[in-house]
Amino acid sequence: MFDWPIVSVTIFLPLLGSLIILFIKDEETSSSNVKWAALFTSSGTFILSCLIWFLFDPSIGTYQLSEKHKWFDDFNFNYHVGVDGISLFMILLSTFLTPFCILASWRSITKKIKEYMIAFLLLETFLVGMFSSIDMLLFYVFFEAVLIPMFLIIGIWGGERRIYASFKFFLYTLLGSVLMLIAIIVMYQITGSMNVAELQGNFFPKNVQIYLWLAFFASFAVKIPMWPFHTWLPDAHVEAPTAGSVILAGVLLKMGAYGFIRFSIGMFPEASEFFLPLIFSLSVIAIIYTSLVAFAQTDMKKLIAYSSVAHMGIVTIGIFVLNQQGMEGAMMQIISHGIVSAALFLCVGIIYDRMHTRKINFYGGLVNRMPKYAVVFMIFMLASIGLPGTSGFIGEFLTILGAFKHNTFLAFFATTGIILSAAYMLYLYKRVIFGLQTNEKLNDILDLDLREMIIMIPLIIVVIIIGIFPNIFLEPMRLPIETIINNYEIVNGK
Amino acid sequence: MITFVVFLPLVGFIYCAFLGKLFGDRNSQLVTNILLFVSAILSWIIFLRYLGPTETSTLQILNWMMSGTFSADWSLRVDALTATMLIVVTTVSACVHLYSIGYMNKDKSISRFMGYLSLFTFFMLMLVTSDNLLQMFFGWEGVGLTSYLLIGFWHHKESANKAAIKAFIVNRVGDFGFILGIAGIFFIFGSVQFDIIFDTASNYKDHTFSFLSFNLSTINTLCFLLFLGAMGKSAQLGLHTWLPDAMEGPTPVSALIHAATMVTAGVFMVARMSPLFEYAQFTNLFITFIGATTAIITASIALTQNDIKKVIAYSTCSQLGYMFFAAGLGAYNASIFHLTTHGFFKALLFLSAGSVIHAMHHEQDMRKMGGLFSKIPFTGTMMWIGSLAIIGFPYFSGYYSKESILENAYFASSNMGLYAYTVGIITALLTAFYSWRLLFMTFHGTTRASNDTFHKAHESPKVMTVPLVFLSVGSIFSGIFLSDYFIGSKENDFWFVSLILSHNDHHLPFLQTLIIKLSVALGVLSAALVYFYRKELANSLAQNLSPLHSLSFNKWYVDELYNNIFTKSFFYLSSLFWKRGDVRLIDEYGPNGVSRLINISSKFLSLVQSGYLYHYAFVMLGGLVIILTWFFYY
Repeated sequence: MFDWPIVSVTIFLPLLGSLIILFIKDEETSSSNVKWAALFTSSGTFILSCLIWFLFDPSIGTYQLSEKHKWFDDFNFNYHVGVDGISLFMILLSTFLTPFCILASWRSITKKIKEYMIAFLLLETFLVGMFSSIDMLLFYVFFEAVLIPMFLIIGIWGGERRIYASFKFFLYTLLGSVLMLIAIIVMYQITGSMNVAELQGNFFPKNVQIYLWLAFFASFAVKIPMWPFHTWLPDAHVEAPTAGSVILAGVLLKMGAYGFIRFSIGMFPEASEFFLPLIFSLSVIAIIYTSLVAFAQTDMKKLIAYSSVAHMGIVTIGIFVLNQQGMEGAMMQIISHGIVSAALFLCVGIIYDRMHTRKINFYGGLVNRMPKYAVVFMIFMLASIGLPGTSGFIGEFLTILGAFKHNTFLAFFATTGIILSAAYMLYLYKRVIFGLQTNEKLNDILDLDLREMIIMIPLIIVVIIIGIFPNIFLEPMRLPIETIINNYEIVNGK
Repeated sequence: MITFVVFLPLVGFIYCAFLGKLFGDRNSQLVTNILLFVSAILSWIIFLRYLGPTETSTLQILNWMMSGTFSADWSLRVDALTATMLIVVTTVSACVHLYSIGYMNKDKSISRFMGYLSLFTFFMLMLVTSDNLLQMFFGWEGVGLTSYLLIGFWHHKESANKAAIKAFIVNRVGDFGFILGIAGIFFIFGSVQFDIIFDTASNYKDHTFSFLSFNLSTINTLCFLLFLGAMGKSAQLGLHTWLPDAMEGPTPVSALIHAATMVTAGVFMVARMSPLFEYAQFTNLFITFIGATTAIITASIALTQNDIKKVIAYSTCSQLGYMFFAAGLGAYNASIFHLTTHGFFKALLFLSAGSVIHAMHHEQDMRKMGGLFSKIPFTGTMMWIGSLAIIGFPYFSGYYSKESILENAYFASSNMGLYAYTVGIITALLTAFYSWRLLFMTFHGTTRASNDTFHKAHESPKVMTVPLVFLSVGSIFSGIFLSDYFIGSKENDFWFVSLILSHNDHHLPFLQTLIIKLSVALGVLSAALVYFYRKELANSLAQNLSPLHSLSFNKWYVDELYNNIFTKSFFYLSSLFWKRGDVRLIDEYGPNGVSRLINISSKFLSLVQSGYLYHYAFVMLGGLVIILTWFFYY
């Protein structure tokens, strides 16, 4: 019905944009042409991905709008892309957040603006490409390529300890990736296929599955990140520029969750069954441990980074309880956390731009000077602690439902998160926003300007829409998740 | 019609949020008040319709969430129980809205305040009209949020911020149970829809499940989890510490949220789920025990508090205890009856206290009051009416509801019933004592206020006194009018299908009613003796009974206990995990350790590459020798 390759166009539009930007002549200081070009490109990409959503048929459980071209003649490697109900929202999340990243960097980035914008557009191409790959090799290429612009964004435009942070980030993630590449080669040798859709099932003997699962786990557990592989995240967040944190928390962390759903569970169901206790204990530790650690933080970005680890603990529980509610809950939590944590980082960025510090005790009583900001921050804080009516609740609640079905004990621990998250978020909010303003440096701090309101309002609207009409999002993902779970249950004889 | 009742307050909130600044505070007050009064009138119309036997009506709005077999709707369900809650919520809320115009007159953010009040009312109405547990949870958390926002309304006060956070987090501890309860109910019943749960509840009467190799009764466990939520919201013993602190909020808030409506949500929830709780014998015992114990302990704390609002706050905890033990004994109708009458007289007491505070220029300490009756006779009269109602003076509203609760406890014919009955009578005595202590310390005797404040004390404006009149009418007459429907001859027709009725047709023997009345009288008289006739007695009593006095004065040291056990260990653990766990352990042996290892080994390896030819020749020679040796031996 649609004869031009919309998915490919969506993937490569940002690349095209970055090529154009490369040749734009602009002054070194303002670079407004570059900025506008980047904004237009990323907005166009978002509109295209909305078109994909529009064309998407939720009654088909498999990949749609797919394109396939031969890549290597002698091997069964293909350029094969398409979307299903799971990747659809990952793509939307990436394309939705990128324009905000560019807007958020409008004034805070002052050096090498052209390169910065190119890095972001490249990042977008790689992210969309990765989420829409149906070929494993293609997936791997994009998956690894994502690291490069992110590494540069932290390493060049980051804070004081940016070198340490970017190396830590790179080392952690690369270690996982190497093992994943080996696993992919082994899989190709056994089956002769790189097709993600075809490999969904149970094509490997159990002992092989266990090794393959571990290799993939090394990569995904670092990305998501699971405890105890999480310590790169706070550093990366603290040193990254605001927009870097936004895309890191908003999309990059979700690559791990996406990988778990697609590969670990979809391709190695027996091994997944075998490793359930490991996943659950790490997730529960992540929820309780990192929530407590978040509580002790003095740097706002670090606090939110730790809270991300705790929220991702909920996601991994939701994925691995392997029932409809759990996995849909995990997906909703992924979408919600993508938007809410991105927004929280933007909130921190807003006052960082003004005061150049993220220390919590520097602030206090901001509500007197920045009432609009206080409202915006409040809404995202509430979404982060999962208040019903916001996006955060849907994911948390469905995950708890799923966890309860699987194991009451697990549900019990997963639910402690709702108390702990309330504790550290409210405590943060109180220290930054409420109270008397004692620091005189805050006297002239300005409330949100138009650009910042333009960033925040769509995010608020989305958070509330997801909270009140989650079915819009739940419906397309129903069938693919059902397929994965059925496969798992058949293989494991349930 | 029900749509209007529920959504008009939301409209009020949206108006205040977006247009409040534009059109000014006066318009915000006007808009929210008009909307609320319309909502209140409509809910009275609905209530009157439900006086006779009327079927439950459910209005489906749309599907909220659908995931696998799980499904929950946005819908508005009305039956007699909901209708009762509707009138309590909207009436008190309308009165408080009106009263706030006067009370918050000089505040800087009036629009925000009115908006929050309306938002609260909306969430509360969503809670009482839901037809499934999930929407109830939506309202439940929503009222928690607005309570948090309103307690911390004066956000420049450190104490207010702390109280707000405390309220939210303690409530979350309860919600922890509630949400697990919802998940469990879905797991067992396959639905969170009330009708489905109630229809199939009897099938699971003897159902058990195993948890850590214990065999637990399913329904008991589920009800216990739900009750945990109720304990948090309704400030029952263990999770009650947030309510007295919540008095940091403006007084109209205390009247609306922390006395008449939100804190009764727990009681409402237990009553709503009565077809399920009916089968949870053990949990019911627990509820009765907690309710009765809360009633007496918090009443004992109220005896010695000096802050006028704190006395009323503890009194609220204590009255909620009455409601819970009634519910635990299966007398849901008596429980809801007390909820209704309590809504009126407690709101009256709080708003009158607010009027006193207003007159005294924000003085809340009763030790600095006294003799105010001559200055503010109207407020004084209102306070008298409220106090007469709360102690159950004959023909005032509290008389009917409290006596009905005690009656049910008396005829429960179980040990727990006897415990509740005894405690109930003692608490009635204590209630009478602290109520009259409050009256005497505030309104009678000679004043202890400074001359200046005393002379400036003035009666509140009309906008504040008119709501008091409404509420006092409710406090006096709601008992007489409603007792027939709630607990009397028409109870079956009225409650119809909305509650499980215990059918208790007995009446308390004359001797018992006499004991109740005498104990109340004793409470009043001893308060009069200590605080009016022989004032020196108060101090000497406090000294002679000093351990008891300090126990009560320091609120049984629960706050200190929690602070030492939970808060301190929380802070300790969080810094331990961070400094030791993340920094010292994971980073030190993880990435930093690995990079150090690589550094060391590369330094070691670089030694090998010395660059001298004879080194390399020597190594070659050595290698050759080894290879040859190996070759010759094999």
